[in-house]
Amino acid sequence: MTDQRHIHPARPDDRGRTVDQADDPGVDAALRTLLVPAPPTLLPSTLVAVGLADGYARIESPIGAVLVAFNGLGISAIALAEDPSVFETWFRHEFGRPAHAVDALPPTLARSVARRIAGDRRVAVPLDLRGRTSFERAVWEKALEIPRGEVRPYGWIAAEIGRPRAVRAVGSALGRNPVPLVIPCHRVVRTDGHIGQYALGSDRKRAVLDAEGVDVARLESLARTGVRLIGSDTTHIVCLPTCHNARRIRPVHEVAFRSLREASSSGYRPCRECRPTALAA
Amino acid sequence: MDDELIAALALDLDASFERLVLAHQDRLFSIALRFTGDARDAEELAQDAFVRAYRALGDYDPERIRRLNLRPWLATIVLNLCRNRVRRRRPTEVVLDDAGSDQIADRRTPSPAERHERRESAVYWARLVAELPERYRAAVVLRHVDGLSYEEVALALGRPEGTVKAQVHRGVALLRAAHEATGRTLPSAESSLVEVIR
Repeated sequence: MTDQRHIHPARPDDRGRTVDQADDPGVDAALRTLLVPAPPTLLPSTLVAVGLADGYARIESPIGAVLVAFNGLGISAIALAEDPSVFETWFRHEFGRPAHAVDALPPTLARSVARRIAGDRRVAVPLDLRGRTSFERAVWEKALEIPRGEVRPYGWIAAEIGRPRAVRAVGSALGRNPVPLVIPCHRVVRTDGHIGQYALGSDRKRAVLDAEGVDVARLESLARTGVRLIGSDTTHIVCLPTCHNARRIRPVHEVAFRSLREASSSGYRPCRECRPTALAA
Repeated sequence: MDDELIAALALDLDASFERLVLAHQDRLFSIALRFTGDARDAEELAQDAFVRAYRALGDYDPERIRRLNLRPWLATIVLNLCRNRVRRRRPTEVVLDDAGSDQIADRRTPSPAERHERRESAVYWARLVAELPERYRAAVVLRHVDGLSYEEVALALGRPEGTVKAQVHRGVALLRAAHEATGRTLPSAESSLVEVIR
């Protein structure tokens, strides 16, 4: 083939680059001008894509504006919208990597977060939960099973994940939830019916539950009178008070119980959806 | 420079990955830009290439990382992504969307002075490169835009060194022929070195 004529031994040029005698210096010089600087956005977006940095943007939620941080692995943090520099300092301290403001979340992420916050539990929201314990993940995954408009006691989560004695640990794991609203830790309340602590403050917990249609005042008044469960005298099924099955019981058929034992001895069986059995432990 | 970086990557990928991006972002972006002709595509492809490199480095044991030749290895990753991207489109469609794309889009008859400037500009050469057949384009871009040695180009393309030399020369000859067809000679051309291969 004629091309063979152009193959000569390589030698380094004065800049240290290997130049072949057959190279064309004129074309080479012209083509070298085609090596151009990468856009300034390439480095930060690459670091975000691999999860060595995060972007964050503000979104609206039932408790007002919040800041959502994300990287290529998913949503990493949600916090109240405050001064950006305060958020960035907090983020770096908490996660050991930088977060920088972006105009908006990536569109698919923004859509799924909005749907999840609106109560759609089926929409998949990718989460960056690196470095979290399997216990924390188990607690948070269980919290995700609680439907919008309902609440469960801490002890329910503990029992459902097979750690019935770890009620306090469940409480602190929920307190460490990095993505409140997306993982609905606000739907977990004290076993005695009081709404309890919240990562973003208990006033906001009440506000989110309110926005989701939970009658917080009724829940608290039931708790004050020692009522833990509501049964129906037509089905003889007993539920946690906010279970959607309990809310369908007409007032004339409502029967209040202080414990599952009391309900069982009256011939009531636990609802298979809200599973108050967990609280028997 | 890469030796020290390689050692750092083998030791602590997360702590040194930013240095890898800083050291190689211009070349990966330029390779992708010259291959696809589109700046937005090129940025996405360069980012994608770094993400793949990061994942691969995370899977490799330190010994394997130390044996890597970063320049051709990264070039292979970005070129493969470019080829897939181009394949998904119509392969003959080369879009030029560079910093100076308005010059290309401008179809009115240019003055001689403008014509001269255009020929000199990077946009002009970018267009010539973009119109090269793919097998020459890859070799020419790696050799003359990125500045890899023939040995590294051969590694990056997985072809024998003799083949890539022939492809580079053929590509350069085509560029020169296209350039001369516009009626101008290269400023510092040593045209005797290259003859147009038929």
